[in-house]
Amino acid sequence: MSKWNIVIDVERCTYCNNCFLTVKDEYCDNEFPGYSLPQPWHGHRWIDIKKRERGSGSLIDVAYLPTTCNQCDNAPCVAKGGGAVVKRPDGIVLIDPTLAKGKKEIVDTCPYGHIWWNPEYEVPQKWSWDAHLLDNGWKNPRPVTACGSYAFKAFKLTDEKMAEKVREEKLEVLKPQLNTKPRLYYKNLYRFSREHLAGSVAYHLSDGREECAEGAEVKLLDQDSLVSSQTTDIFGDFKFDDLPANSGPYNLEINFRDKTLTEVIKLGLSENIGVRFID
Amino acid sequence: MFSPIKTLMGVIAAPVFSPALAFRNITAAIKSKAALFSLARVFRMTANRYPKYQELLASVDFTVQLKIRDGSYGRWYKFVGGRVETGTNLLLHPEVNMTFESPLDMANTLDPFRDRLTVISALKTARTLAIGEEKYIVQFVRILNGAMDSWIEYGTPMPDGTTRYTSNSNGGPLFVYVKDDKIIRITPMELGDDDPDPWTIEARGRKLTPPKKTTVNPFAACIKSTIYSKDRLLYPMKRVDFDPKGERNPQNRGKSGYERISWDEAIDIVSGEILRVKQEHGPGAIMNGSGSHHLWGNLGYWLSARRRFFNIIGTTYIDHNPDSWEGWYWGAVHHWGKTMRLGGSDQFSTVEDALKHTDMIVFWSSDPECTSGVYGAQEGTIRRLWAKEIGIKFVHIDPFYNHTAGMLGGKWFAPRPGTEAALAHAIAYVWITEGLYDKEFVANRTVGFDEWKAYVLGEEDGVPKTPEWQEAESTIPAREVRALARYWGTHPTYLGAGGIPGFGSACRAATGVEWARSMVYLIAMQGIGKPGVNMGNLQKGAPIDSRFFFPGYAEGGLSGDLAGTALAVNMYQRMPQVLTMNTVAQQVPRLLIPEAIMNGEAVGWTNDSATIEGQFRPKPYPMPGYSKVKLYYKYGGSHFGTMTETNRYARMYKTPDLEFVVNQSIWFEGEAKFADVILPACTNFERFDIGEFANCGGYIGFAHSQVNHRVITMQHKCIEPLGESKSDIEIFSLLAERLNLGAYFSESSSELDWCRRLFEATDMTNYISWNQFLKKGYFVVPPTKPETRDPVSWRWFYEGRRNDLPENDPLPSDESGGFKTGLQTQSGKIEFVSSSLKRFDPHDPERPVMSRYIHSWEGHHSELYQKYPLQLISPHNRYSFHTMADGKDSHTCDVDEHRQLVDGWYYWVVRLNPADAAPRGISEGDLVELYNDRGSVICVTRLTERVPKGTVHSYESSAVYDPIGEPGESPDRGGCVNILTPSRPIVKRSHSIACNSCLIEIRPWKTSITPDRTTQAL
Repeated sequence: MSKWNIVIDVERCTYCNNCFLTVKDEYCDNEFPGYSLPQPWHGHRWIDIKKRERGSGSLIDVAYLPTTCNQCDNAPCVAKGGGAVVKRPDGIVLIDPTLAKGKKEIVDTCPYGHIWWNPEYEVPQKWSWDAHLLDNGWKNPRPVTACGSYAFKAFKLTDEKMAEKVREEKLEVLKPQLNTKPRLYYKNLYRFSREHLAGSVAYHLSDGREECAEGAEVKLLDQDSLVSSQTTDIFGDFKFDDLPANSGPYNLEINFRDKTLTEVIKLGLSENIGVRFID
Repeated sequence: MFSPIKTLMGVIAAPVFSPALAFRNITAAIKSKAALFSLARVFRMTANRYPKYQELLASVDFTVQLKIRDGSYGRWYKFVGGRVETGTNLLLHPEVNMTFESPLDMANTLDPFRDRLTVISALKTARTLAIGEEKYIVQFVRILNGAMDSWIEYGTPMPDGTTRYTSNSNGGPLFVYVKDDKIIRITPMELGDDDPDPWTIEARGRKLTPPKKTTVNPFAACIKSTIYSKDRLLYPMKRVDFDPKGERNPQNRGKSGYERISWDEAIDIVSGEILRVKQEHGPGAIMNGSGSHHLWGNLGYWLSARRRFFNIIGTTYIDHNPDSWEGWYWGAVHHWGKTMRLGGSDQFSTVEDALKHTDMIVFWSSDPECTSGVYGAQEGTIRRLWAKEIGIKFVHIDPFYNHTAGMLGGKWFAPRPGTEAALAHAIAYVWITEGLYDKEFVANRTVGFDEWKAYVLGEEDGVPKTPEWQEAESTIPAREVRALARYWGTHPTYLGAGGIPGFGSACRAATGVEWARSMVYLIAMQGIGKPGVNMGNLQKGAPIDSRFFFPGYAEGGLSGDLAGTALAVNMYQRMPQVLTMNTVAQQVPRLLIPEAIMNGEAVGWTNDSATIEGQFRPKPYPMPGYSKVKLYYKYGGSHFGTMTETNRYARMYKTPDLEFVVNQSIWFEGEAKFADVILPACTNFERFDIGEFANCGGYIGFAHSQVNHRVITMQHKCIEPLGESKSDIEIFSLLAERLNLGAYFSESSSELDWCRRLFEATDMTNYISWNQFLKKGYFVVPPTKPETRDPVSWRWFYEGRRNDLPENDPLPSDESGGFKTGLQTQSGKIEFVSSSLKRFDPHDPERPVMSRYIHSWEGHHSELYQKYPLQLISPHNRYSFHTMADGKDSHTCDVDEHRQLVDGWYYWVVRLNPADAAPRGISEGDLVELYNDRGSVICVTRLTERVPKGTVHSYESSAVYDPIGEPGESPDRGGCVNILTPSRPIVKRSHSIACNSCLIEIRPWKTSITPDRTTQAL
């Protein structure tokens, strides 16, 4: 049968927080019997958007990672929930608000930190992907409709079809090593989880003025093997992305008008190495 | 008794017999008598069915009589204890006597489908007249309207037992799901199968179609939390130490607490004070102003109901500065006109032109992902994502790495604030010296270029405006400016200057005039109007049907105000209404309210946007013969977080010269806490209204071309007003009734009736009936066919043709060559050297006749820079819209880029570079004090590389003003960074805001603040 999956395109998220605010709109001060008790007015982050800035200066970039309940197929909260947390046939994991009352320990079962304790009602809570709405015929969970950059998409597919989509679009999940089998996937996750190495190439005119070196060839080598190569843009800029943190040393080789510059770079987090003059 | 024969005889005996006229009059007599007969039955039937209507009938005992003035016939209705009695014997002394000149007048008025123009004409010529005490007249109007309004049905039942209503907001149109008078959820609109399909643009081998839904932005996504905010004002309130008949204690405004009073008492006090002040001081003693924006809706807007009310009581209006458009209005208009757009460019069909033809978009002080253009929700987002997918290059010039840059990527230039014109001039220098501009266009479509060219090349002042020269000012490497200029000069490029464009950030600075007009110069040099060359950032100019008429909020709603709104543009002939006119000519400039009140004088400058010369007149307060202001009726959003140097406003309230302050507000926040009496207004979800997505009309013509689907909404009354709050219109009605202006104010229409009147004035009537529209709640204007899309803006100008755009701007008298032949400038061309400034003052060093690089009067060259070396910019906010959505315990409190909880208080966020933070001992998440000689604000830090060293970024529009000690004299923990901004105008002879030229220093805040706000050292 087909089951619910969500795919978030990290590259498209702008941190507008519509998804976060929409989930608060749905659950704060609203009770949905059988699904959820009201979310506290403040404090819970059923959708929690992580922020990252990479690099600096004119080559900085930013990325945002909306995180929430992954509706794991191999969910620790279901396993350890003592029957209060159920996996539905459509893939959604539901915390029964009646059975879970008083069971604060369920909060700690989630390795993603996405179960929240509600002290007023004494229940663990999380986002159900709007199961009560989907059961009432809604085509999508609310954040899908609220997302203005269309970063947030839901798919009801068989597991086989979804696996195909994951392969084709190179989708990833968070903490795959835990084998929780999340149903929440990310596109372009590298924008958040990996690093870039950026810089600019320039040269001097005979009168001493500087010019951007457009069209310089920049190679990134690990030992002698080529990791990637680029041609600088009109500003003489290059940016290698999708590199692991704390990697290298790399050999950076810049070729411009028959001149070559090389240097060794050890990458920590993303970095703008600044201007390299090739004269 | 009705006698057809007697009536017929009367008609035939008329001096000139016309069979057609006779027939009409007989029919009128029959119709009017039938209507008189049925009225009582309708009252009774409605009361039987609707308990609230029964309550209304029972609330006042009185008798009303409707008769032909000559006494030939009529009928009375007596309301006793909720029962209705009626009879046809004419009474001598009913409480209300309504007379009609003829049967035809009576028939026309009582017809449920009456022609409004006829009815209004009859009112104005006294052919219809109501005589009696105001309270009975108003009660009868309520009874009449209630008999119609009670029966309506609206909303769509949903499977989960909720009813789906519709509404609208500053951040997009909305579905509102309600159950048992409680709003369950509010969502954007997913359009239905019966709604028209969206447009498609074919560009670079792709077919681009927006999703069939509307978007919202954060301040709409959180809106339910503002409706049910714990800070909602639910009852009228009076300051505890305010006694209108005794001690008023003005010195305690902003400090004392409040007590609940009844509506009766509140209306007594406020109407009593209005009468007293008028009688003691004469015209002009009442001052009224609004925020720049109100909750969405053409009728409840500040340009509608408020204008109607204050026009008829007579008011010294607070005059708005063009607060988001400053540099464009005071600068750019002198070079290309566009006054009616406050200096911004029109952008018809630019989305298609850009997607098809442009290579690069330069976003210059332009962050539509943050500001939503304005009102545009996230409609433009998908179009910018398309641009990215099809490979258009992006450059972002902004001291803050803004959200549009974050989404699109591209090259980021972060000029030192206030040096933007230097960067622009250096780009022009490269174009001039390397021949990279459209020489033919410059020669034929512009004037004065050679004079400016000489300045740029340094022939005039010995300083060539080279990229190296600008680097010393802006910090942008010269080589990168050359690279940008060369690419721009050789590839079709769109210039997105400002948020829509026009609007925002760099134009709101000491250098705003120079920036805005240098933007005009740059796009002129590249031949604006050429395919792929225009002003735009894909925010405006979607291929909607621009020729379907529906008015924007600036078009006056029910104001009846031809002078103070844009009613005259289209609506005066489409929606007949009784004219209202404020007889008080005196005004107070908004940015100088404190000076006007405390010093008793202030000089503003006119901003009549009909024409360029509309900004050249000083506007002194007080005006000869008028009283100074004694009563302040504040309405809408607070000035503390939106104007400049705003401690001034807090100090002003303490003066005894303000004898009475009333604040009509939805929330207990900002300036409401400084009032003597607070009148609680409800939100637009608790009353009826009507409005279109992003359509403001007036000063941003065709603003609705920001949206992908023109959605016109019936704004349903989704729930009853919370507590005892009331709609603005209802509050004004109650006051008007007490002031013997009730009937004049309401014009005998209910709020729902006004919605219908506005509906009938639009092109919607050709597509959908009123009842269908009311029930469904929205209408989507079908997009025009590809072959009938509007011409691209400026194409006519570029090609030297007559203006073929679907607009009447500028006014014919402002075109030297005749209607639709040129621009609004004297030459009809783009003027590098402005003829209007030459006429006004050819030697003005502050605003020369052409753009020059002038050091910011509050920038890195200022003496003040030694003391306050950080430059604070405070652009338009993403999570607060003129104080809406901020504070008030709304969900935006939990957005950590907006506010952050520290020690039990939600602090405002300030962003600074780690290199500025470290030497000051400041870390991420610390409380800090932003301060200068004007005041201080406590904020929470975000350390970020998104601002360069030396620049500090925080947003404007805090709703919360919470001084920890004496108001106006102590640090504010509410986040009103506007306390720090200079009150000096951009140029002296203007009424303008320069909030983005603001020098400050920052230090750690180490004092704890106890809940009662008294301070003590740690």
